[in-house]
Amino acid sequence: MHFLGCIIPHRYPSVERATRLIFPDLGMKLLDMEGATCCPAPGVFGSFDRVTWATVAARNLTIAEESGHPITTGCNGCFASLWEANHELKEDDELREKVNNNLAEIDREFKGTIEVTHYVDALYDTAGLEKIREQVSRPFEGVRIALHPGCHWMRPKLVKQKDESERPHIFRDVCETTGAEYVPYKDELMCCGAGGAVRTADLEVALDFTKQKFDSILEAGGADLIVTPCPFCQLQLDLGQVEIQKHFGEEYVFDVMHVSEFLALAFGHEPDDFGLDTHLQYMQRKSEPNWAQILM
Amino acid sequence: MDFVDLIKKAGGPNVQSCYQCGTCSGSCPAGARTNYLVRDIIRKALLGLKEECVSVTELWYCTTCYACTDRCPQDVKPTDVIKAIRNIAVAEGHMLSNHQKVAVKVIETGHAVPLDKEMWQQLREKVGLEPIPPNASANPWAAEEVKKLSEICGFDKLIGYEEFLKAEEEKKKKKKKEG
Ligand code: SF4
Ligand code: SF4
Repeated sequence: MHFLGCIIPHRYPSVERATRLIFPDLGMKLLDMEGATCCPAPGVFGSFDRVTWATVAARNLTIAEESGHPITTGCNGCFASLWEANHELKEDDELREKVNNNLAEIDREFKGTIEVTHYVDALYDTAGLEKIREQVSRPFEGVRIALHPGCHWMRPKLVKQKDESERPHIFRDVCETTGAEYVPYKDELMCCGAGGAVRTADLEVALDFTKQKFDSILEAGGADLIVTPCPFCQLQLDLGQVEIQKHFGEEYVFDVMHVSEFLALAFGHEPDDFGLDTHLQYMQRKSEPNWAQILM
Repeated sequence: MDFVDLIKKAGGPNVQSCYQCGTCSGSCPAGARTNYLVRDIIRKALLGLKEECVSVTELWYCTTCYACTDRCPQDVKPTDVIKAIRNIAVAEGHMLSNHQKVAVKVIETGHAVPLDKEMWQQLREKVGLEPIPPNASANPWAAEEVKKLSEICGFDKLIGYEEFLKAEEEKKKKKKKEG
């Protein structure tokens, strides 16, 4: 079942559209999750009240449980909320009892019968690198990409047990199927600054993280493109450039793509097929992607 | 219940394993640019200095990136400890007004970032999608369920939802008078 969350469908719909193109290309079917809500944001609602966070997340999980299909989501935050709630409710009987008492009031029950995955898991584990490679009809030969894997897909590493969070390779492997050139930079694994309710609490502190990441990419010789598996990181890196200019007077010009968009282009879809030029950065700056740099 | 027990109960069960090595603060991108020191907050917590933990704005500079949690040699899970302290802070009335607004959005629409303007629907149509996605935006019953859950959990009271509504009402009235 396809969990959309808030930012993809409400602010970066090009990511939703691109996902709806590439999953069928790879033979994977996306089922709509009618009536799903905010995950709810783990660093925000988890910081306010753990039981409320777990209850609302569990409500989302029950929608997928009714269908019997696993969840996949393209957002690190949604993934963290749903995966962690699923995990904690399966392990922690006390929390599960509290949550199920709450859910009983709306005739729902968490049963713990499904798994939660991220698009990156669907791409790497379900489709597999070979199948992705077969779909690449427009290789990104010579395009230099900087990656921003973000935090919540792979951390905390001991709980999630997905990738070695100090030296992750899965997201990089997926991106490299396109033939693009991976650009290592010092702060690749650092947080974008948006998470944990910091973007809402103090925008300038959040942007200061983002600035450090941009400077670090420039120190590494720059990149033609930044790729991330998370729309909240994408928003912070994309719209964040406009905000950095406003708050600190410094200008950065990076195209930032979600991995779904990046693969859609590599699979031969046109930018207009999913509206690449609707990113908030372009809308606000009245600019366009640097087409030549991304071989369009 | 003393502060340490409160933290353990609110989601930071390993807080007492901390031996103050400072690995967490050394890994912390929030600490690198602000006065926020995760090791220091944990030390104060272990000393029972509740007020000094819950009332400082720095508490809200942690992005929950889990760099500290992945490196802490004692499995303290500092990120979870910080979130637990934030739960206690909110329960004691230390909530930032921006955060209250986000919480209200979820209570009212089911989404922290709602489809609240015509322009967002147009953006969806522009990329070739239906104007309203199949989440709570297209299903008001889903937002109703979340609202009910927030009442059952006492979340509406916790964040001061009623007071928020009253204040908004007052603002509107004032505007009307002036306008
Ligand atoms: S890294 Fe762990 S043990 Fe060391 S100071 Fe931080 S919380 Fe305490
Ligand atoms: S999770 Fe919070 S305290 Fe830990 S390193 Fe990240 S920002 Fe710092």
